[in-house]
Amino acid sequence: MSDSDIDERVSDLIAPAESAAPPERLDLLVVSRMVKRGARVLDVGCGDGALLKLLRDTRAVDARGIELSQRGVNDCVKNGLSVIQGDADTDLVDYPDNAFDYVILSQTLQATREPRKVLENMLRIGRRAIVSFPNFGHWRVRLQLLFRGRMPRTDTLNYAWYETPNIHLCTIRDFVSLLDEVGACIERGIALTRYGKPVRVSAPWWLWNLFGAQAVFMLERKSARSRT
Amino acid sequence: MFEITNPLKSVSRRQPRARAAREADNPQSPLLRLPEGEPLALDSGASLAPLQIAYQTYGTLNAARSNAILICHALTGDQHVANSHPVTGKKGWWATMVGPGKPIDTERYFVIATNVLGGCMGTTGPASTNPATGHPYGLDFPVVTIRDMVRVQVLLLNHLNIDQLLCVTGGSMGGMQVLQWAASYPERVFSAMPIATAPRHSSQNIAFHEVGRQAIMADPNWRGGRYLDEGVSPTKGLAVARMAAHITYLSEKALQDKFGRNLQNRDAHTFSFDADFQVENYLRYQGSSFVDRFDANSYLYVTRACDYFDLAADYGGSLALAFKNTPTRFCVISFTSDWLYPTSASRAIVHALNAGGASVSFVEIASDKGHDAFLLEEPDFHATTRGFLSAVADARGVRQAAVAVPA
Repeated sequence: MSDSDIDERVSDLIAPAESAAPPERLDLLVVSRMVKRGARVLDVGCGDGALLKLLRDTRAVDARGIELSQRGVNDCVKNGLSVIQGDADTDLVDYPDNAFDYVILSQTLQATREPRKVLENMLRIGRRAIVSFPNFGHWRVRLQLLFRGRMPRTDTLNYAWYETPNIHLCTIRDFVSLLDEVGACIERGIALTRYGKPVRVSAPWWLWNLFGAQAVFMLERKSARSRT
Repeated sequence: MFEITNPLKSVSRRQPRARAAREADNPQSPLLRLPEGEPLALDSGASLAPLQIAYQTYGTLNAARSNAILICHALTGDQHVANSHPVTGKKGWWATMVGPGKPIDTERYFVIATNVLGGCMGTTGPASTNPATGHPYGLDFPVVTIRDMVRVQVLLLNHLNIDQLLCVTGGSMGGMQVLQWAASYPERVFSAMPIATAPRHSSQNIAFHEVGRQAIMADPNWRGGRYLDEGVSPTKGLAVARMAAHITYLSEKALQDKFGRNLQNRDAHTFSFDADFQVENYLRYQGSSFVDRFDANSYLYVTRACDYFDLAADYGGSLALAFKNTPTRFCVISFTSDWLYPTSASRAIVHALNAGGASVSFVEIASDKGHDAFLLEEPDFHATTRGFLSAVADARGVRQAAVAVPA
């Protein structure tokens, strides 16, 4: 993995917001700036539709979503978003190939039953996949386990072990090594510290993996890249 | 809780039934009469003329003619969506949903509801007088389909000069009409909201309908369908049909919560076949009140129309092809405890729409009320309906309703 694989225009991605996204949802802003205007987008696990709304309003995309909770779906439909009540683990298989320009999975990968299959389906349905997830390799997580001997609780992973929906946590390195297995390559990648600051792109991987509280990757099928 | 009437023993309430019979030819609804010279070609190959269409409207059509919503009724519903019923005097079947300030807001939308082809509330059906004979059609009425029902609604919209509906919505059999509308006339449907419905009738659905039809036809007063001529009525058979069907509209939990094994106005079993249990009494009431307002032959025809419904079959077996490249925005709604048209049936619709690249929302509403939930006050259901309609109306540039000043 060389630095050149990582997007050079990180400053574009995290430049001061002209939109009204609250600072604590900087990850949404980063994701939204990876999306080309007017694209067809599917947000898997779209929650109350905050990202879809941001994409629709600032990027003029054709925004669709899947969300498990009825409350979330209702909120989305009320806002005029096309959202289906469904489960990333079971319902992605029903979408045809290349139906979307981008398939987004925002802070949801770690809560799926089969992250690998979800990722494979995303890469099949979309020309590109954008995945953001909390990094379990962050130094605070490591220190909590090392010194306190307790399952870590952080800002992005604030659950007790017995009630967390996050059943498949991974580190940035874990995620990147899975990409080889599913035949994906990184088109862009960015790690954010717990204060929402980007880790410098020139930084080595171990630094990303230590100081990134969360990561956002834009992926492409390897086969797609070799064609172009 | 309900008056004890056993429709299977003694029903002699001719007055409302006489009122209902008058509705078939001379309804208390606006009517569109189509001339004899323009027969409607039906799926069966038969053609029908003359034809009359009974309907109701609520609200005002805007100058751009862009705020019209068509409501399609279920099996035994009618056009009296939000006004009091001319036969029963009860309030409209969707009065909770349709009206000023309601989710289907008549301050903003122009709402149209028709009686379906084959119905008995004023649109031509088996209880209507056959002009060729001067007698009610009875079984001489041609068997009609959901698509035929929609064809008739199209004629009304042409008459009202409405090119494109803001939304077509309806539950159950109404939902089938919504799907047929979207498949047959996509350019005339800006948005569609099929509720508690299915893209085709299942074997179980057909089976329940057949029980109802056989109950009617087994009644000696049915007289081969000529009961209106002979001055009798197959009330027993029709009541049994309704009782059996009514069970399918409720969930097991709804019945258990409402009635349990409670006894009706008594402390002990009578060791007879009286309605000892409240649930028996309730079903008998449902049966007996139904026969006052509904025509038995009409019940045969509308159930048959549902049975024949299989949208994919018209598109080479692929439901996705029915909606290929559709411009219509969809909101599909199902209810968790609906076992008559279960969520899996709605999901089949959603999958087909997704495969066709359609803009689709899907909500499964948590409710223990069974299939009938779509007729009841379900806050999440109403919120979804309100939100979806408001969003599509905004997208189509329909102005907001004036903000009501609280009295």
